[in-house]
Amino acid sequence: MDQDLKQILRHYRNPRLARNILEKIHEIAKDLQVVRIMHVCGTHEWTITHWGIRTLLPENIDVRAGPGCPVCITPASDIDSAIKLALDGVNVLTYGDMSRAKGSRMISLEDCGARGGKVGIVYSFMDAVKLARSNPNQEYVFLGAGFETTAPIVAYSVLKGLPENLKIISSHRYVPPAVGLLAESEDLAIDAFINPGHASTISGMKAYKPYFDEVRKPMVFAGFEPLDVLLAIYMILRQIRDRSPKMENEYRRAVTWDGNVDAQKNLREVFDFDDGYWRGVAIVPKSAMNFKEKFSKVDARKIYGLASGKGDHFPSNARCAEVIKGLIDPPECPLYMKRCTPATPIGPTMVGVEGTCRIWAQHKIVGVKCRSGVCKIDSESSPRTKGMLKEG
Amino acid sequence: MNLCYAIPGKVIEIDGEIGVVDFGNGVRREVVLAMVSAKPGDYVLVHAGYAIKILNEEEAKKTLELYSRILNLVEGR
Ligand code: SF4
Repeated sequence: MDQDLKQILRHYRNPRLARNILEKIHEIAKDLQVVRIMHVCGTHEWTITHWGIRTLLPENIDVRAGPGCPVCITPASDIDSAIKLALDGVNVLTYGDMSRAKGSRMISLEDCGARGGKVGIVYSFMDAVKLARSNPNQEYVFLGAGFETTAPIVAYSVLKGLPENLKIISSHRYVPPAVGLLAESEDLAIDAFINPGHASTISGMKAYKPYFDEVRKPMVFAGFEPLDVLLAIYMILRQIRDRSPKMENEYRRAVTWDGNVDAQKNLREVFDFDDGYWRGVAIVPKSAMNFKEKFSKVDARKIYGLASGKGDHFPSNARCAEVIKGLIDPPECPLYMKRCTPATPIGPTMVGVEGTCRIWAQHKIVGVKCRSGVCKIDSESSPRTKGMLKEG
Repeated sequence: MNLCYAIPGKVIEIDGEIGVVDFGNGVRREVVLAMVSAKPGDYVLVHAGYAIKILNEEEAKKTLELYSRILNLVEGR
């Protein structure tokens, strides 16, 4: 009777269930106009692309990737600031893919490391703390990027007390206000949202309530197995058919209404939530987690006089901003898989492991077909499509 | 490093704030458990070396059951 959770989760890849849900999706979609659904999480993009979900959906269902890649939206000027510190002899630590994103002068921390800058990669903030502790005579700065999934780790450690020689550039961003902004955008014309699963384990569904009340568009919180995403799409279409937009929870094994209350308390205690820039997107109100005055002694911006993050700075011809916003698909960028590849990334969305360009490139998606305003991946180029979900 | 990705794993043992988590296929790592009150045997979502949430096994089952019902299928019995 008592199945292990691992066993239960296996069903979330069950081809028979998936095919049946797809049938239901096709049935509902027949009577609908074009429906544009946006998700805002790189891991959702990975699931959708990896399992070829777009190619299995009806013609009129358009699933778009919004700004869900932390590396992609980290302002160019914060990367510049970190590079400057590294060249000045400060040990700059950050996450692996963050170190490869280029700032405004088209140099990344990794490049600057090759030129003698002091740059180190950590898997976890915990590693940064350990490093600083074991080298008390060295000066360390951690470039902290990521959403509310990642920020509580930093907040918690700051409250517990950091080693004196470790400071932080906080580029952390809070997702709910960004969803609010995207939902209001007339250019994007999004009808419904798949809300981020892991970020919402922290914020809880309640954080999205004010934005939902404002726009009254379906918002479904979804997990990361193929069945999770299909179920979320089904829930959204059902809401649209019934004209009853709701906040609905598909990912009940992880997301709750209230979220992780302790983590939220730590975040609010350590950070002010200021208006802040998302690279490629816009200034998003109350989304930038900046250290409160009383934590100035860990705040690298105050200590080293660094500007607050701003600036797109994409090379000419590069259409990163439009990809990050979800306005276009990667193959519509003239540099995609030509000058810009995973091995030679130009824009941040080819760098970040959750960047749309990177994920599409890894899955060798080269073409999209557009019909009646909806662009679909050319099914021949999505290898996984013919796999599990179709044949089971 | 994947900044919004989190992986489920099973808590094997706990020593203060640090626990050993089994991710399957022989992969075990030290994880900071300070943000959740997990006990051995719990499944936790781990993000960048920290557990951010205890997974709810009951709800995982319920979601599947709910959808099996919608689809008039009997699954996983
Ligand atoms: S292919 Fe490269 S340059 Fe073009 S949008 Fe993607 S990351 Fe930017």
